[in-house]
Amino acid sequence: MIDFELNDEQTMIRESLQAFAAEVLAPGARAIDEAGEVPGDIIRQGWDFGLIAAAIPEEYGGGGGERSCLTNAVVLEALGGGCASQGAAIMAPGQFVSALIDFGTDEQKAEHLPRFTGETPAAASLALQEGQFGFAAEAQRTTAARKGNGWVLNGEKRMVPLGDRAGHFLVLAAEDGAAGLEAVSAFIVPRDTAGVTVAAESGSMGLKPLPQAKVTLSEVDLPGSARLGGDAGIDAQRLINQARIGACAMAVGLSRQATDYAIPYAKERVAFGEPIAKKQSIAFMLADMHIECEAMRWMVWKAASLLEHNDPGAAKACVLAQDYVRRKSIKIADDALQIFGGHGFIRDLPLEMWLRNARTLTVLDGPVSV
Amino acid sequence: MADFRFSDIDQQILDKVVEVGNSTTAHTRYYEDHEHETPPARLEGERGFEEVFPMFGQRQPDDTPMMTFMMAVSIARGSASGVVRGLGLAMPSARASGLGNAALQSAGTPEQKAKWGDLFLAMSITEPGVGSDTKAIQTTARLDGDEWVLNGDKIFVTDGVKADGAIVWATIDKSAGRAGIKSFLVLKDAPGFELVRQEKKLGIRASDTAAYAFRDCRIPRDALLGGDETVPKGGGSASYRGVMKTFNMTRPAVASGGVAKARGALNFAVDALAEQGVSVDWSQSFPQRSATQQKLIELEADTEAAALTVLHAAWLSDKRKPNNLESSVCKAKGGDVCRTVTQGAMEVLGGMSVSHDHLVEKFMRDGRISDIYEGTGQIQRLIIAREILGYSSEELT
Repeated sequence: MIDFELNDEQTMIRESLQAFAAEVLAPGARAIDEAGEVPGDIIRQGWDFGLIAAAIPEEYGGGGGERSCLTNAVVLEALGGGCASQGAAIMAPGQFVSALIDFGTDEQKAEHLPRFTGETPAAASLALQEGQFGFAAEAQRTTAARKGNGWVLNGEKRMVPLGDRAGHFLVLAAEDGAAGLEAVSAFIVPRDTAGVTVAAESGSMGLKPLPQAKVTLSEVDLPGSARLGGDAGIDAQRLINQARIGACAMAVGLSRQATDYAIPYAKERVAFGEPIAKKQSIAFMLADMHIECEAMRWMVWKAASLLEHNDPGAAKACVLAQDYVRRKSIKIADDALQIFGGHGFIRDLPLEMWLRNARTLTVLDGPVSV
Repeated sequence: MADFRFSDIDQQILDKVVEVGNSTTAHTRYYEDHEHETPPARLEGERGFEEVFPMFGQRQPDDTPMMTFMMAVSIARGSASGVVRGLGLAMPSARASGLGNAALQSAGTPEQKAKWGDLFLAMSITEPGVGSDTKAIQTTARLDGDEWVLNGDKIFVTDGVKADGAIVWATIDKSAGRAGIKSFLVLKDAPGFELVRQEKKLGIRASDTAAYAFRDCRIPRDALLGGDETVPKGGGSASYRGVMKTFNMTRPAVASGGVAKARGALNFAVDALAEQGVSVDWSQSFPQRSATQQKLIELEADTEAAALTVLHAAWLSDKRKPNNLESSVCKAKGGDVCRTVTQGAMEVLGGMSVSHDHLVEKFMRDGRISDIYEGTGQIQRLIIAREILGYSSEELT
């Protein structure tokens, strides 16, 4: 049945995270972006909401809550409405944890999930992106070749979130170098494995404070048990789409934030004797921004909801939502900057940061997942 | 709990609506070319909505709420390619009903509803010089004994030819602006009423559009909708607000008509290209797609986004929550896609899409009105901007 109402739990978490985003994330965002580093205290505060451990089964020490892509979309939208960089730093380990919950064998869950249920923030990453332009997730250049009962991984992963601190990487690779999604598997790689080199990235236009790393895999020997899901493997499309929709959900929050920031300014700023908000060229821009914030949210919620139910229409809904958010959210961030004119270009205000972050979230798959 | 899936029975109903709607496709071109001919009650090969209605009995009470589902039905109905009778809204119903009936139901007194409820009533607001700015209406109504005397001209009266009468907006006090505007029920046999002409249009040709003239047109005193003859100081009168409330309910329905035409054109393009071996692979990411595939994705995403805003506005109404802002949001989106998606569907198909061999061009022509009537896209943006900026209609014009 068609229903737009969040359940009580989702409503509650949404409200508390919106407050956290407005009171903690947003006020510090500008300075944190300049510093290029998310303070440990922020990650700690985010961790304390129990978002990462919420859906980990109780037997592994987690919250035992429902594993809900829609709930995660709501969470990411709320955090993205405060600061996408800090939100991503808080939620990036969720990419690893959710994949383990969804596809892990009992042994894999028992080995890895308890690490994320403690009081201290734990870091792990999904290593998806690669260095080539026009990267397509279904065409991985990183390869996994069978060797005896184990695997040998070769390749290079880029922009790996929390790469500086992640204890484990979930590395996507094409089995035996084959093409297509069916050949894409995920491997749990401890960072201290021989042949794994982690180097800081040169920097990134957007999500600047999010630690990102280049992870090089050179003849990395892994046991058979490193393959996520064991013999059953994973539904790579679902895993990748969860990352795509994760970024989209954050972009929706960011778009709403930029719109809500531009509205009072347009009412304050006077030109030719009246507030610019009273000119239709500006008023209609704001109206369009509002319209698309709404439309984007339903597209993302629908995609997340269908992913959650493993609906046959999920893959299509994800493509449509990602396409829509890619086109609309970047336009909203860009128009918000335009309304501020020259002030939007100055780094005192968050407009230029939002534009950089919106561009990043709409070209990267991830760095968060629903 | 938020959910975006139709139940099995609802999906069956939606599929059946399209199937039935397609049963008269062979006749569609004829009525495009003969727009003054009203199609007979049943065309050759036509299947009726009596096939659909019994299926509603199988719906569970806790399924998608009714207004929301009817928007989905309307989108399905309007995406079919058969002959469309009545309004472009294409809402299947047991009996014909016009926009004026909605106004009567929301603003009429119980006596008025009982007296006129069975008539087919059009809505007559627009004048040759007055469109969206309804408070500038020039048609006057003057009380003379026990009768109102109307003078003025009206255009763009949807269903105005086939309707029994219309709800007509006229001012009883021009100096009072919006507060002086009242709505009157005028039957076609009223002395001084004239049906001037039927318009020839770009699309929705099966829906007639009339022009009326009122020359000392006399109607009974109790024909004032809602019965309030006073002119309040400041703010609109109750009957004006009553009619505006109607718009609040009808905007999602009209938006659904725009989405329907987008959907119809898109379906046509998707099917036609699939026959030639071109289709979207939903597992492929952006860099792997052709330009045509990417265009199809954009058209579908735009259509889907518009559809969701329509369902959301209707869902709020089902939940008895305010939906004024959301009604304008969905009307703006429906108005966007009826233009961009129908045009884009023709773009991916190329030159032959304009040929009368095919019906895809009809979706573009039929859809175009959806960004005009029931408030243009610009009016919707004005309403949205006022709401989000906290401006009154005087502060932002």
